[in-house]
Amino acid sequence: MNIKRVTEKEFAAWVDALTPKHTLYAPQAKEDRFAFDRLTAGEDLRLDYDVSILPPKKYFLPQKEVLIKFDRKGNFESVIAHEPFVLFGVHPYDFVAMDQLNTIFEQDNYDVHYMARKEAATVVVSDVQVASADVFAGCMGNATVEDRDGYDVLLTRLDDGSYVVETRSEKGEVLTGLLSSAVDADEVTLQQREQVWNRTREQLQKHKLEMTPEQIPALLDKSYDHPLWAEKAELCHSCGSCNLVCPTCYCFTVEDELNWDMETGQRYRQWDGCMLTGFATVTGNHNFRDKKEARYRHRYYRKGKYVWDMIGEIACVGCGRCISACTTNIANPVEVFNQLSEEQQ
Amino acid sequence: MMSATELSQVRDIYLPQKATVTEIYSMTETEKFFRFHLEEGEAFDYMPGQFMEVSVPGFGEAPISISSSPTRVDKTTFEMVIRKAGNVTTALHALVPGEPVGLRGPYGTHFPVEDAMKGKDVVFVCGGIGLVPVRSAIHYVLDNRDQYGEVTILSGTRSPEDRLFTEELYEWKTRSDITFLETVDKADARWGGTVGVITTLLKRIQINPANTVVIVCGPPIMYKFVLLELRKLNVDNSQIYVSLERHMRCAVGKCGHCQINGLYACQKGAVFNYADIVDVKEAI
Repeated sequence: MNIKRVTEKEFAAWVDALTPKHTLYAPQAKEDRFAFDRLTAGEDLRLDYDVSILPPKKYFLPQKEVLIKFDRKGNFESVIAHEPFVLFGVHPYDFVAMDQLNTIFEQDNYDVHYMARKEAATVVVSDVQVASADVFAGCMGNATVEDRDGYDVLLTRLDDGSYVVETRSEKGEVLTGLLSSAVDADEVTLQQREQVWNRTREQLQKHKLEMTPEQIPALLDKSYDHPLWAEKAELCHSCGSCNLVCPTCYCFTVEDELNWDMETGQRYRQWDGCMLTGFATVTGNHNFRDKKEARYRHRYYRKGKYVWDMIGEIACVGCGRCISACTTNIANPVEVFNQLSEEQQ
Repeated sequence: MMSATELSQVRDIYLPQKATVTEIYSMTETEKFFRFHLEEGEAFDYMPGQFMEVSVPGFGEAPISISSSPTRVDKTTFEMVIRKAGNVTTALHALVPGEPVGLRGPYGTHFPVEDAMKGKDVVFVCGGIGLVPVRSAIHYVLDNRDQYGEVTILSGTRSPEDRLFTEELYEWKTRSDITFLETVDKADARWGGTVGVITTLLKRIQINPANTVVIVCGPPIMYKFVLLELRKLNVDNSQIYVSLERHMRCAVGKCGHCQINGLYACQKGAVFNYADIVDVKEAI
């Protein structure tokens, strides 16, 4: 729609102008790391974050979310979120993950709870300024998202501290309209942005995938009985940390809770994880995935094949959070896929 | 993009409809029979083999097979047999007629009573509470008896006390237009019938494999033995339908709990054609 070049000063003033007018969620320092949280003062914004502890998908699929209110007389009523908000500063790989979830929750049984949040959101993507220790989005084709649709504004910081602000939708224009005094990006600016993108794609490869992402499903097709699953899983504590930090994990459980009056209550969903011991257990205590290696393998098949079969995308975007989160150092998808590939040859 | 008003018009896939328990009685020590009646709203079109999510407000929701047949009750009435095992089923067991529940569904695939089974000999193989969903298909077939060939029902339970629908079992046993055989794993002093696992019965029947459709439903352990026996009887995999139990938490293909490798059992099952899943490693 339009692309502006905004000086560092103008950019800060813009964020300051946005915070009182909109509900903004943005990356901020949290002790020595970063987290998405409500932004109330522009100075707290940290677009130089390397990676957030939890992915911003938590605003579309909250850790705990009420779906339904009920009473004991059997009346059920949907609870659907409508408050508009701005997700500000989402990294490209995290946007790709959210875009995948958007498809999954929209297709084959429209999930109105998820979709209401998604529709209420304005998504401002910010290109990565500082690479995290384990990021490999560059190998997964998700270091930048200029070719992808579905977000509203794209921010790219140039070397002189100014920002290229690209408005991609009418929703985005509501935010960037405040920048009308900024200059339009010229050819030189666009070239500079291109250079930043090229550099980012190179830098976000802290682990090197020895194949193209599109080769992963076929690789997994022939790796089901590979000894790697058991070898790696031997060290697994089934703690679910890799699930918890993953931007494409969306499995959940549903529970009821009663209020103090013991008459009314709510049904909520909360995040669950396929690495947790009882995830596939049915009533009567039969666990259909009782071995650690079966759970471990299942997670990689979901990332590299099952979701691919559903939506045609690899459900590992290369954020590297699982690598950092795993306490026994077995959760590196690049290592898993490379090793499977080597030993196939 | 949808507006807030438009979104509020969208059906919430998680929203149950209010229903009432109209009948409840004990069938065994752990199983109770329930009849639910939908209070208002739309009737649910269902087929044998499908399941519903049953809510007890405050306790949660559980996936339960429908045991009644649409040929015998109207589409606002559902019969189920529920084993007391977890939170929700324990709460269900504590209900009395007149109390409310929530129903959501029906979900999943169904037994092919209207297509693959039509005109064919049909063998039902039920282990334990596997009889509960299969009863729906048995009623359906018996109510359209002339549309099917030979009908054979094989039923096995752990002990005589675990037998469900005993009056119906007696009726099936005494009917001349069907073959009914049953066995128990472990007999008591009064049991005069067959003793042994369900495959014992499969060894006793004679079938025309080319013209036979087999329906299998039982505990997870049962399938591989029954399928082995069916191979000996030369039944083609494509003539076998299995109903697989998994934890269908959401029943709409999202929550992930029921996945069998890449398949969501709540969407692609619970009734599968065996030929379709013979290579799906987590299935059987």
